[in-house]
Amino acid sequence: MGTNPVTWLGTPAFPVAARAALGDTQLRRNLRKATHTIRDKRAKAVEELPDWQQLRLAGEAVKDEVLSNLDTYLERFEAAVTARGGVVHWARDAAEANEIVLRLTRAAGAEEVVKVKSMATAEIGLNEALEAGGVRAVETDLAELIVQLGHDRPSHILVPAIHRNRSEIREIFQREMAEAPASDEPRALAEAARRHLRAKFLSARVAVSGANFGVADTGSVVVVESEGNGRMCLTLPEVLITVMGIEKLVPSWRDLEVFLQLLPRSSTAERMNPYTSVWTGVTPGDGPQQFHLILLDNGRTDALADRAGRQALRCIRCSACLNVCPVYERTGGQAYGSVYPGPIGAILTPQLVNDMHDKQAASLPYASSLCGACFEVCPVRINIPEVLVHLRAKAVQAKGKRTPEAMAMAALGWVLADPKRYEAAQKAGSLARYLARGGRISALPWPGSKWTAARDVPAPPAESFRSWWRRTRG
Amino acid sequence: MPGAPRVGLFATCLTDTFFPATARAVVRLLERLGCTVEFPMEQTCCGQMHYNTGYRDAARPLAADYARTFAGYDAVVAPSGSCGGMIREVHPELHGSAPAFTHTYELSEFLVDVLGVTDVGAYFPHRVTYHPTCHSLRMLGVGDKPLELLRAVRGIDLVALPEAESCCGFGGTFAVKNADTSTAMLGDKMRCVLDTGAEVLSAGDNSCLMHIGGGLSRLRTGVTTLHLAEILASTEEEPWAPTR
Repeated sequence: MGTNPVTWLGTPAFPVAARAALGDTQLRRNLRKATHTIRDKRAKAVEELPDWQQLRLAGEAVKDEVLSNLDTYLERFEAAVTARGGVVHWARDAAEANEIVLRLTRAAGAEEVVKVKSMATAEIGLNEALEAGGVRAVETDLAELIVQLGHDRPSHILVPAIHRNRSEIREIFQREMAEAPASDEPRALAEAARRHLRAKFLSARVAVSGANFGVADTGSVVVVESEGNGRMCLTLPEVLITVMGIEKLVPSWRDLEVFLQLLPRSSTAERMNPYTSVWTGVTPGDGPQQFHLILLDNGRTDALADRAGRQALRCIRCSACLNVCPVYERTGGQAYGSVYPGPIGAILTPQLVNDMHDKQAASLPYASSLCGACFEVCPVRINIPEVLVHLRAKAVQAKGKRTPEAMAMAALGWVLADPKRYEAAQKAGSLARYLARGGRISALPWPGSKWTAARDVPAPPAESFRSWWRRTRG
Repeated sequence: MPGAPRVGLFATCLTDTFFPATARAVVRLLERLGCTVEFPMEQTCCGQMHYNTGYRDAARPLAADYARTFAGYDAVVAPSGSCGGMIREVHPELHGSAPAFTHTYELSEFLVDVLGVTDVGAYFPHRVTYHPTCHSLRMLGVGDKPLELLRAVRGIDLVALPEAESCCGFGGTFAVKNADTSTAMLGDKMRCVLDTGAEVLSAGDNSCLMHIGGGLSRLRTGVTTLHLAEILASTEEEPWAPTR
């Protein structure tokens, strides 16, 4: 694909990318430690709330209300933002959004922008687009900074450098920073990043952010974060440009009550995130004096049209599903080939790409054992396994009926549709017991070899259950 | 349920074909507890593999067959949380609602919720660890019912499995489509099983047991995998013995 920057050009299909990741011992170690730590912390933070399940239901209901009346809420939101002095832009896709940001930045006479961590701008490949237009984008979230300085790709929604440990981070800093620390103590690394970023905050004229929520009634925009870098970006520069997916709305101010409980506990396992910034249009003499809001579609309207798939648009980017996923824990995020990795990425990326002929995107819904751990933790109750299976059906449809798999499945379906054929196949298959040694079969021809490469198969018994039943009870 | 409930056994295609001892154990167990058990010969498969791999159209007639085959029973019992979940949660979407779907129970649910027993009079003098399979845990929500049943077994040395709720990596066609990731998950599961020192690993799904057991067998660990039904069917008079 490549025309849509939500997936990275050149990433192979998931099984191939995963194989490489599985062999990376440092990655395996970093991921296991990080996911297990955050997993346990989240469970404790959630246990504290007796009404957690009700909160999840409320989160689901509010988001569904917005999604079913999105046009109304978007127009209300646009009117409110405009009334308070903001300028609203609409972007159909990544190219349009990037073009608007570049134009606004040039108009402000800036050659550098500071950025608040944002999935929407990562999704559209904004940094690369700005770079091509001669504008440098500086990531100010610590983990994003590590990824940017390391010329790397993110591997997690919340902690994009989760695949890096502190000695790797020290190496990156030593290579890229003027005043790099000698120690790999977290405190020393954070201090180096602070000094590096402070200069950027004080000189920046333009900031670019995403948005966690937009309040339709008031036109307010909300960003939650932990490090305070967001607060600096949102208050110091003269011009603020916010790129926000059209699904990020809540109807009214009071709906935030639900999400400001769900989000921090699910993502960082905190009762409350350290910084919650809310702004409404422009306040004369205080903060940015120009506020531009870009409302981004980029495949969301298509996803909304899909009755089963649209629930993915409820996502509030907490990444709890990544942290509990047994597949993500072993492969890490880069194997998904997208800024949205893990279970949510496996259902969101193919929908945003919206082309099941794209082999990489079509492989993502299969990157799951359907264990259901993601659905269990999702704060807005996205039934991820259900959407995965739905997208698998779309992938199968796109591939047509002539693939070896489709033909095998059709043949098996024909056998299973009739008890007599089924029993005949059972009897024929039972002859495989003569291949067995010591009750087990250790090698089968392809595609069975994919199983027997690592696991034995029990020898089929001489008598199936139904034969036994007929013999003894029939 | 007054009187002797008339129970339809849905053996599942995997157990019928590869693990007949499990289905025989279900029959023995339920009859011991006073049920009338029947095995309608028209049954084949619930269609889960087709459905989960993206072949919905092939799964649809199988849901219809199931609804017809099991229409007349007080309850249908399946020795599988995964097939049970497919029938109760997905079949209505494929076929529309039918009594056979809502009356289908995974074995431990049927014993604890419908028959109201946790002590089934079993005897099994082995060190056992139990893996709660994902679909019984998260799709059906069977909770601790299998463990309640195992705790009441005489002679058993039941040891907790570390990281029990982590998936074993089976996932149907996932095991072959993403064989490397599946095997990495399997490796961690086997390590946890071996850490317990148990000689028997039990679960409520032969599919997951076939996966973990396939790995344990390849490594010649000597750990036996055994469906919950076979432990519960075992008694002092007729203790479980390997059938192969």
